[in-house]
Amino acid sequence: MSGNSIDRIAQATPPTIAKRVRGLSDRAIAWLFVGPSIVLLLAVNIFPLIWTINLSFTNFKANRNRDVDYIGLRNYERILTDADTWQSMQATAHFLFWTIFFQVLIGFALAYLINKKFKGNDLWTTIIVLPMMLSPAVVGNFWTFLYQPQIGLFNYVVEFFSGVDASSFSMIGSVTLAPWSIVIVDTWMWTPFVMLICLAGLRSIPDSLYEAAECDRASKWRQFWTLTVPMVLPFLMLAVLFRGIENFKMFDLVVQLTGGGPGSVTTLTSIDLKREAFEKWRTGYASAYAVILFVTVFGLASIYVKALNKVKER
Amino acid sequence: MSGFSVTEPSKRQKWIAGLLVITYALVTIMPLLWIIATGFKSPEDAISYPPKVVFQPSLEGYVNLFTTRTRITTSMQGTLPPPETWYEQIARDSGTIISGPSRYGQRFMNSIVIGFGSTFLAIFFGTLAAYAFSRFKVPIKDDLLFFILSTRMMPPIAVAIPIFLMFRQLGLNDTQLGMILLYTAVNLSLSVWLLKGFIDEIPLEYEEAALIDGYTRFQAFYKVVLPQAATGIASTAIFCLIFAWNEYAFAVLLTSGSAQTAPPFIPTIIGVGGQDWPAVAAGATLFLIPVMIFTILLRKHLLRGITFGAVRK
Repeated sequence: MSGNSIDRIAQATPPTIAKRVRGLSDRAIAWLFVGPSIVLLLAVNIFPLIWTINLSFTNFKANRNRDVDYIGLRNYERILTDADTWQSMQATAHFLFWTIFFQVLIGFALAYLINKKFKGNDLWTTIIVLPMMLSPAVVGNFWTFLYQPQIGLFNYVVEFFSGVDASSFSMIGSVTLAPWSIVIVDTWMWTPFVMLICLAGLRSIPDSLYEAAECDRASKWRQFWTLTVPMVLPFLMLAVLFRGIENFKMFDLVVQLTGGGPGSVTTLTSIDLKREAFEKWRTGYASAYAVILFVTVFGLASIYVKALNKVKER
Repeated sequence: MSGFSVTEPSKRQKWIAGLLVITYALVTIMPLLWIIATGFKSPEDAISYPPKVVFQPSLEGYVNLFTTRTRITTSMQGTLPPPETWYEQIARDSGTIISGPSRYGQRFMNSIVIGFGSTFLAIFFGTLAAYAFSRFKVPIKDDLLFFILSTRMMPPIAVAIPIFLMFRQLGLNDTQLGMILLYTAVNLSLSVWLLKGFIDEIPLEYEEAALIDGYTRFQAFYKVVLPQAATGIASTAIFCLIFAWNEYAFAVLLTSGSAQTAPPFIPTIIGVGGQDWPAVAAGATLFLIPVMIFTILLRKHLLRGITFGAVRK
């Protein structure tokens, strides 16, 4: 019996591969399998990161062929004392805060409603999800058309419901409205992301918990605050983490929508960095800027993950 | 569900919830429907006030998208032979003649080649790594996995500075190969994390049975595990493809001509006096529709894909 099965396998096995691999230990296979990915990531992520850190101490300009001098921490000093940097940080903070605020609010509400399991909720969920899968640059570009004062659909709808003349305001041309124009499009695009994660959270709550609460005669209101919200919170926090990291990196959507303007009211840090690196060609300065951004996002994310784990443990 | 249940929402609650969600869905889908509709509008209809919901459909946007045209005077119109094809007719009706193809087709092709090339590589290397992380004791496994994920936290512009210099040295700037390698590396973090989740779910017993039957590790991997993981691999591949398809920041900085993909190209489509909105909308429609179809196909695995496997349904 056993001899028979060995024969069968021997016949079914392509000899070349068998010969080459049969002798390999699990450990060798593990490294063989993981190796290429690690090498590629080292080459495309870590090596460039080290290069960036190195460049950040120099006055290198990528469009010139001149001697590169090491200037110590002067780039860092300049960036942190530059009013423009702080303005772009502020624009990013505004964008981050309000997009997350609206996305959590609307996303959770939608998930709560979808979880009422009305007929056809699957179909409508799929429709709601569509915007977040699309190319932000292509969609962002089209939104500039929707935002046009005279002919844009957005302005027309605003006029239709509020009576404010459609040609009297320009969402992306006005200093006060432009920061909101990017918040609106990002919220439109990414609310479904928060919604999906909240929905998973709501669905993870076992019915028996509600039944028990009902037996204890807890009101619906109390059930919501002492059962639903705490159970969904870890999911919600995860959604906020993802949106936070993504929107801290935000480039494509905003660059196509407003280009950082008018003036610099929507110049997020990524856009500011792109100008320094690829328009002014201050490569050393931009490298220091990149390092600062990376340390910021990494630091904030680590602190946040610690908090998230605490909530999960409760 | 029948009878009394405390967890089943009442009919009235369902009705209100459905109404609110459907209202939101209709509002949120409007911009997308508007893109599709604008692609079929004539330039005059596209910029009319108030915005036109009912209009005479026209293929001018699509003709403008795929061709470059030269304006001709009415007197010249008379001297030309009659147009041979329907698209020449459309161009002629708007007072132009077609002088050649546009670059849209080529940009679209670049998106396909770079998207599929990088997806294939990311899935190939990602599956191997995910299998090893899932089944073997890899030293410093958690650190490696976290390192792989952390590569996604860097702002693309920050990574682009040294990549630009590196590609310039290697002659990879504005080449399809360069973009494929770059997107492969970016997508690896996604594919390793997602696939590890999928492979973790395949019971170990299958492989153990195969190993006892005399299969080598390698055979057990490709004859037992791979077929089991097929659905997971397919959905991961679609996520990688969508990322590469949509990517803009690297594409706009590292490609300018021959390897440029569609996202940086579409916003630059211009007509006389500003953007040619019907042509832009036509280009966007053709570019977005495949992703919409994939999203509908993927809806069961969507949550997993967008959270790097952190949330599974």
